[in-house]
Amino acid sequence: MIKNISNLGDAALYCDFGSEVNKEINSEVIKYFKTLKNENIDKINNLTPSYNKLIISYDLKKTNYKEIKKIVENLSISEKENLSTKTIKIPTCCENSYSLDIERLEKKLKLDREKIFDAFFEKEYFCYMTGFIAGMPFLGDLDKNMHAKRLETPRVKVPKGSVGLTEQFANIYTFESPGGWNIIGNTPIKIFNSNKEKEPNLINPGDTVIFNRINIDEYKNYNE
Amino acid sequence: MNIKTTMSKNYFKIIRAGINTTFQDKGRDNLYPIGIPFSGAMDNRNYLISNKLVGNSSSAPVIEFAYQGPLLRYFGDKINIAVTGDVNFKLKKGNEEIIGNCYESYFIEEGDEIDILSTNKSVYGYLSINAKFNINFQWGSCSINTKAKIGSNYGEKLKNDQEIEILNININQSKKKLNYLNSKIEKIRVIKGTNFDYFSDKGKRQLFENEFIISKLSDRMGMRLEGEKIENIVNTNIKSEGLIKGVIQVPADGNPIIMLSDHGTIGGYPKIGVVISADYDKLVQLSPGTKIKFQEVELSDAETLFKLYDMETQNLISQIL
Repeated sequence: MIKNISNLGDAALYCDFGSEVNKEINSEVIKYFKTLKNENIDKINNLTPSYNKLIISYDLKKTNYKEIKKIVENLSISEKENLSTKTIKIPTCCENSYSLDIERLEKKLKLDREKIFDAFFEKEYFCYMTGFIAGMPFLGDLDKNMHAKRLETPRVKVPKGSVGLTEQFANIYTFESPGGWNIIGNTPIKIFNSNKEKEPNLINPGDTVIFNRINIDEYKNYNE
Repeated sequence: MNIKTTMSKNYFKIIRAGINTTFQDKGRDNLYPIGIPFSGAMDNRNYLISNKLVGNSSSAPVIEFAYQGPLLRYFGDKINIAVTGDVNFKLKKGNEEIIGNCYESYFIEEGDEIDILSTNKSVYGYLSINAKFNINFQWGSCSINTKAKIGSNYGEKLKNDQEIEILNININQSKKKLNYLNSKIEKIRVIKGTNFDYFSDKGKRQLFENEFIISKLSDRMGMRLEGEKIENIVNTNIKSEGLIKGVIQVPADGNPIIMLSDHGTIGGYPKIGVVISADYDKLVQLSPGTKIKFQEVELSDAETLFKLYDMETQNLISQIL
């Protein structure tokens, strides 16, 4: 349920579903997102679902805050809007040249690297949202003993394909980009493909993600 | 006997690409959920005027440039071009050199050059032609987003020595002109953001009373500001959530960043305010080093101000016959 609706500037509605981050709240966000997407309302020109918020951007030439708020308040959320249950396997190599922050993680988590890798690879992850850069998935949740803070000084360039951790979340850098997540490995798989306009993202909100450990030879010979 | 007819090609040769030269149009909607922002021409009013000056539809692709624009040599049949913004440019026709006026269309022919020297105390300018650039579209838009490598030109800025092919020259061409001067904005009007209360009373006052200087680290993604640091008393991070253009985020260092058209779609810094839609075109034209001040407005006023701004834009466009 939406707890509060307010305005974000003059051309967006800010729907607050709560402050916690969990699957239940996120699933509510995604239900609203999918319902609005299917309604295909001309005046609404963008939607941004995240952990526990939904931002609805609208065309100020055609409508205003009051009207969009009313639409959202009167929306009947169909329970049919099931979350996608797709499971995606992400081959990931943790060779030293890819696992850029493994030493830092060992120190911060007080675990040796094989323990860290085991804990990372045995988990199934839920995709809460995608964004920041095109196609980047925000995945959770890591167990408490795996929670590490962001780098104090973010990297200017995180290599494309890097798999990063921060607090209870994991992500994948779909492009070379600045970033402050702890890099544990790298995947050769294409997560974002702009040539597939209908389905450019490999991973979408609601999907389950499993990381599979591969060695350097498998990485180098990887063929999609 | 020569019976082979060669199709003559119309094209621009890029002699000098300029600093940040891209193809832009109205941008692309509905892609925030996969991490792609609207993009599109930064200064929408000048984009719309540039297309009208050459008789194009309001959503046609144009060349956008920043600070220093391109030097282009033209090969082909006569076309009509126009430049908008506050731009210094020259046209070279043989030995003749013409100082160009913005908001006035010009005919150019085989061998002519358009030399876009600089934007004058502003950032963005636009070059339109009464023909089609032979470029590709992604999600219905040619807009180049260099971060996601999408849009025309493989998502990259235009480069030296490239050729830009031109198709479908509109034969119905006439010289057009508009009397218009870009006015500078004195104060950027802002609606309080969703995390306004994360900041101390002093921090809140600073936002609306202090002067900020636009940093050199500003581009199509964002505008960084420098000034007295704005004090946060709750948390310098929030759980990552959506952003829109115009949002003013304040990271831990206390210096505000305004999200612009190519912004990251999700962010984790508190939002102290949002620039109103009516002031966006003027905001993006403020160049690094400019001092700016913010002024608070209510939502209902912002909605009215946008209606007025949009009417003014439509009125300018309708003056171009």
